Amino acid sequence: MRDALRRLQELAERRLPALTRFRRPEPMPIELNRRRIYIVPTGFGLGFTLLLLVMLAGSLNYSNNAALLLTCLLGAAGAASMLIAFRALDGLTLASVRAGQAVAGQPLALTLELESRRPRSAIRIDLDRSCQAFAIDAAGKADVTLPLATRERGWQPLPRVRVWTTWPLGLFRAWSWMHPEQSVLVWPRPEDDGPPPRLPADEGLRPRLHRGEDLAALRDYRSGDPRKHIAWKASARLGQLLSKDFEQPESRPEWRLDWRELEGMENEARIARLARWLGEAHAQGRRHSLWLPGQPIEAGSGPGHYARCMSALASLP
Amino acid sequence: MKRRTDEPTLDRRAFDLLCLTMACVLGVHAPHQPWWLVAALALVLGLRWWQRRRHGTRPPLLLKLPLLALLAVAVVFTYGTIFGQQPGSALAVGLLVLKLLESETPRDARVGISFACFGLMAALLFDQGLVATFVVALGLLPALATLRALEPAQAPASLPRALLPGLALLAAAVPLALLAFALVPRLSSPLWGTANSPQARTGLSDRMSPGNFTELLTDDRPAMRVSFDGPPPAPELRYFRAYVMWLYDGRTWEHADLRRADGQRRLLETLESRGTSRYQVDLEPTNRGILPALDVPLEAPADARLSPDREVISDKPVRELLRYTLDSAIRYHLQPELPEAARRFALRLPQGFNPRTHALATQWRERHGSDDQAIVDAALALFHDGGFRYTLAPAPLGRDAVDDFLFGTREGFCEHYASSFTVLMRAAGVPSRVVTGYQGGYWNSLGNYLLVRQSDAHAWSEVWLEGRGWVRIDPTAAVRPERVSLGAAAAGDQPGWAETSWLASLRNRWDVVNHWWTQGVIGFDALRQRGLLTPFGIRDTGTAMLGMLLAIGTSLFVAIGTGWALWRRERPEPLRKALRRLEARLARAGITRRRGEGPQHYLRRAARALPAQRGELERLMNRYLELRYAHDEPVPELLREFQRAVREFRPRRVVK
Repeated sequence: MRDALRRLQELAERRLPALTRFRRPEPMPIELNRRRIYIVPTGFGLGFTLLLLVMLAGSLNYSNNAALLLTCLLGAAGAASMLIAFRALDGLTLASVRAGQAVAGQPLALTLELESRRPRSAIRIDLDRSCQAFAIDAAGKADVTLPLATRERGWQPLPRVRVWTTWPLGLFRAWSWMHPEQSVLVWPRPEDDGPPPRLPADEGLRPRLHRGEDLAALRDYRSGDPRKHIAWKASARLGQLLSKDFEQPESRPEWRLDWRELEGMENEARIARLARWLGEAHAQGRRHSLWLPGQPIEAGSGPGHYARCMSALASLP
Repeated sequence: MKRRTDEPTLDRRAFDLLCLTMACVLGVHAPHQPWWLVAALALVLGLRWWQRRRHGTRPPLLLKLPLLALLAVAVVFTYGTIFGQQPGSALAVGLLVLKLLESETPRDARVGISFACFGLMAALLFDQGLVATFVVALGLLPALATLRALEPAQAPASLPRALLPGLALLAAAVPLALLAFALVPRLSSPLWGTANSPQARTGLSDRMSPGNFTELLTDDRPAMRVSFDGPPPAPELRYFRAYVMWLYDGRTWEHADLRRADGQRRLLETLESRGTSRYQVDLEPTNRGILPALDVPLEAPADARLSPDREVISDKPVRELLRYTLDSAIRYHLQPELPEAARRFALRLPQGFNPRTHALATQWRERHGSDDQAIVDAALALFHDGGFRYTLAPAPLGRDAVDDFLFGTREGFCEHYASSFTVLMRAAGVPSRVVTGYQGGYWNSLGNYLLVRQSDAHAWSEVWLEGRGWVRIDPTAAVRPERVSLGAAAAGDQPGWAETSWLASLRNRWDVVNHWWTQGVIGFDALRQRGLLTPFGIRDTGTAMLGMLLAIGTSLFVAIGTGWALWRRERPEPLRKALRRLEARLARAGITRRRGEGPQHYLRRAARALPAQRGELERLMNRYLELRYAHDEPVPELLREFQRAVREFRPRRVVK
């Protein structure tokens, strides 16, 4: 039922954009103004109105003017709260959207940067099915991070975002749609398992002689240890000589990941495999290079390199 | 009821505020509820607050249900029913407090707050005095603060600060509220049974025994409205006679048809009038036949007759608003010659009552001889100097009511004074009778009418003096002159310690404020509405007209409010303003800045289009770019220079 309604709404929005105030994607910054803020009473607002009517009838019936005055005061305050709800959104600006990184199927962290000239409270943002409340302090900025569901790799346009509030009394709901003209890049999903990359023949044989740089542990001094490996401070504390033991990294070959070597596989399967290899290489801290049609990437390691490779993979046709 | 599971639970601040709201409702209802019920509910409220703060768990159903049952039993036990104003309010407040036991989500809190607002309003049905209304209105603050606290993500504030925005909201709402208050059409008759059954409040009775005016004197409903053809009489002359009472049985004065009592037909009392006043009366329904008239009416209106004592008696009881016009004598001699039968009646006292009063009267008679006026003065002097006190809650009187009053309690209100004075006069041999009616009233200068309320009910005496006829004597005025000059609003209790002058003046001022509230707010009814609108040329004040005015006024306020909401404090940056000016000039020359076009690109394009001014435009562009991007803030001197350059720039279109 809910889905049917949703589909109906989407259809109406496409067919009758003028009537449904459907907005095409627009460049940022998006500033909310009176032309795009809508207000309706909430369910509580309707109930409260009913209560006010009962109070009105009661005070008129008993010709009790004090009660009538109180009812009028409450009603007028409720009406004034509608304007405050409007002002809570009016002038709010979506300055930019920062996208996090995620593989397809995983939620992607989307950070919306909102700005305003004055502080605001209790504004909520709906994206997909998640909702986040935020306030803007005197500095005039707020970052709101929301998860965006992703399905496929590649450029994914941002969905419409609903900004709404029931501030201050919960009687009225003011809302507006923002549709930022921006896409986020979703990384391909790595395949679950498969063969390891084929290493070049000469690569595995090259001896690795340099010592590791990372300090592994302290051990008792053995004669023959180089003097500069003695941990003087620790030794002084314990009263016996200690040597710094350095990790001996096993020799790890660099991976050359190549699109061309996966001939005969389907496009997406190739991408998924490369994605898995990239992930493994990144997890092991292994240097790797990536060759993709039209965009070879030099060997490297670290998160920046990994992101570059994944993004290149994601944006393959 | 199924509880939605995805709703968050109330946070601590919201729950505190909710408890505070409920405490306010309980507080404003406390004066008219049994103390033990209030104490028990306060205990439940406090315990629940402490329990949630300490443990944060829900109270078990096994606790809630018995409490609910206990509340119902307590209400039925106290009042015998759960219907009606008192039991209804007790039940409502009890349920509100018990609602706290199951308030866990914002939804519960909203429901609770809604009914708390209703509970606050209901408290005004018991007391709509200025102080009570103010206290009740204060109860709105925690209610609004609770609703605010239910909203997510807001800056933290201390509890008192959390209450302030509600105050601001209410203050902003006052103009619209007043407009609505002034224009909401009032009901001509209640839709359902009124709070205090109308039968119990029929106004003046044709009997008077000490104590039965108290209900009237606290009843602020209008009794009648009087508009005069000429200027209204002075406040101390606004005596409206209703019943003339001759018969006294030691306890009760009674209006009785003397034809039956006397067995002979009495003639209308003669009247020599020297000054009359013509006026129109709108009498509220009384269910009785008496029509109050200013002083002594000359003739009865249609469908009414004059009794021998010149009371105006309608042919049928007044069941709806009745309008009649009368001519009354203001200065007069009423019955200059008193017939013997009437004199006998005017001196008749029951045997064996009030010996001390008789003794005092005899003493006066011996001292003053046949000077009736001197005896009257002696009695008034006694009331004035004898330590008498005006109070609406006097001590009860025994069998010899007048003795007890004159020599014992010495406290009471108009009917005590009128009754004892008349008995004193009769004991001294001065023909006298008790008259009840209304005295005072509020002059509505907007509507040009005198509003007389039930609380203006009054009793006084008439004594027959040789050569002057029946003369009105108001013994209450001897004790409490303000009662006559200020009206019923001044008729409050006067405790002994309040007799110091500054306290008295404070009380008088407070009386005036209360008076204003009573007249301006509590008494603002359909007629006053008309009075408010007639100066604006609006004569028709039907529901449709009022509804239209209300709609117009509300739209006006909403428009003002919307203007406020849409108004943005735009502080245009001077540099941007200057550039806009330049753009406007260039646009007039046909070079419009495109959407998304940067200043550099635009001004270059302009320079190409206006080759004659290329140098000037390029200088402007460089200056602008420098101002905009070279510094965090534009340098003031450069800015001024740029502004001047823009002012002096006149694009000259080159015809190609």
